[in-house]
Amino acid sequence: MDVNVVDVRHVSRRFGGHVALDDVSFSVARGEILGVIGRSGAGKSSLLRCLGALDRPDAGQILIEGQDITTLPQAQLVSLRRRIGFVFQHFNLLGSRTVAGNISLPLEIAGVPRAQRPQRIAALLALVGLSEQGDKWPAQLSGGQKQRVGIARALANDPALLLCDEATSALDPETTTAILDLLAEINRELGLTIILITHEMDVIRRIATHLVVLDQGRIVENAPTLAIMGAATQSTVTQALLSETQPQVPPALRARLVAEPAPDGWAIIRIRLAGEAAWQPLLSQLGQQYGVEATVLQGGTTEIAGQPFADQIVSVTGYCAEIHDFLTQFDPSLKVLGHVPADH
Amino acid sequence: MSRLIIDLIARATWETTVMVACSGVLAVLGGLPLALLMVAMRRDGLMPCPPAARLLGLVVDILRAIPFIILLVILIPVTRMIVGTSLGTAAAIVPLSLAAIPYFARIAEVSLRAVDPNLVDAVRIMGGTRWMIVRHVLIPEALPGLVAGFTVTLITLTGASAMAGAVGAGGLGDLAIRYGYQRFNTQVMSLVVVVLIVFVAIIQAAGNALSNHLRHD
Repeated sequence: MDVNVVDVRHVSRRFGGHVALDDVSFSVARGEILGVIGRSGAGKSSLLRCLGALDRPDAGQILIEGQDITTLPQAQLVSLRRRIGFVFQHFNLLGSRTVAGNISLPLEIAGVPRAQRPQRIAALLALVGLSEQGDKWPAQLSGGQKQRVGIARALANDPALLLCDEATSALDPETTTAILDLLAEINRELGLTIILITHEMDVIRRIATHLVVLDQGRIVENAPTLAIMGAATQSTVTQALLSETQPQVPPALRARLVAEPAPDGWAIIRIRLAGEAAWQPLLSQLGQQYGVEATVLQGGTTEIAGQPFADQIVSVTGYCAEIHDFLTQFDPSLKVLGHVPADH
Repeated sequence: MSRLIIDLIARATWETTVMVACSGVLAVLGGLPLALLMVAMRRDGLMPCPPAARLLGLVVDILRAIPFIILLVILIPVTRMIVGTSLGTAAAIVPLSLAAIPYFARIAEVSLRAVDPNLVDAVRIMGGTRWMIVRHVLIPEALPGLVAGFTVTLITLTGASAMAGAVGAGGLGDLAIRYGYQRFNTQVMSLVVVVLIVFVAIIQAAGNALSNHLRHD
């Protein structure tokens, strides 16, 4: 029995001489939240259009719940699309319909009898926290509320898959958090499979369990998010995408870094800890055991896909081989970024 | 003011109303589908067929290029075929409609093209058929613009209906020409002009009110 909601197999798409997707393969299991990230022009939109059957790949297969959508005739595509909920960056709500009317549209399209719609609409409005707003017009709502309507509309026909196209890119940081929380909640409560297409690493970090990194139409990473974040080496594209959300050595300090250890100086290291180790008071343990001082300069401990994950720039006095060995037990990819000589 | 003049103006107002209303309705019935076709057959439309879109556009423009007074005369045989006579109010509706259909089609096309293509994609992606997109997206989203365009069409028809006097259609414009211009009856002409101004102002105000009522942003 195939448990994958989505199976993308060797998909390629060309536009003239430009290769938008090049032999892309990945799968999404039921209940997973997959983040697809890439810079603009990496092929995200092409992938999305193929997944939504708005565009057909030149080669390869895309299976949604085991059905190959690349070969389905138009008539069956229409019913298949109703199994996919879409959430758009710019909400795409109809200004000519009220909030309730917008949520009603997919129900009308799917042929849900008129008598059954109000109950379903009320349930969806409650799910996204807009129970009182059903009679408002989209123009009267804030961006976050509009996106909630967009999500309710996408969920109307109990889709097997929710495709979010830059769903939070047009929202302010607070609203982004609220919308991501809502998506995570829907994922938990309905067991819904979600694909998030985004250029924001922060979005991925917060809720994606799996991550696909696209670059120039090719997949450069495809693994659980935590594994990619904690990996010793990442592709340059991934590193570039990650750097915006990763701690950096403060510029004033970076100017003073030297390669060789200096007496009475500090070592600047970058340590990443996944899982339980991230919660442990490792630095005070280090101080007690070796009599050195250590402090976090940048970074902290967050959750990635529900798992604790620490990514920190730490300064340590009296850094030596024993300390290095002690720390690499917890983080084999630990990096010594340089040393700061003591001020004279 | 004599009873006669009042009767004349009342009758002419009624004739103008009938001509404008009937040809207005026909302009929408004929023009809106034409506009939808022109929009749908564009390269990025719902059923792309650019050559057909260009051909249709050309036919529409040819019809719009013919001066109304000429159209009125050219169409006399056609009118006789459809209405049975080429004279009178009913007969004038044929050329008026045929002039208004391409006119409204072009105006409606602009409103329909202004609908955000992302909305069309959104409904396509929901599994909406072409007809559903037309019914639930294109027409409702363009409706305030379509109503505003319809208002302009009605007012243009009011102006054109004056020329329909040439085929004995009656109406306000005809009255103004016959009494005011040909018989130098300034009083009737001024009255007719005032009635026409009120007539046009009412159409415009009603159109604006309806268009604003339909606009929810």
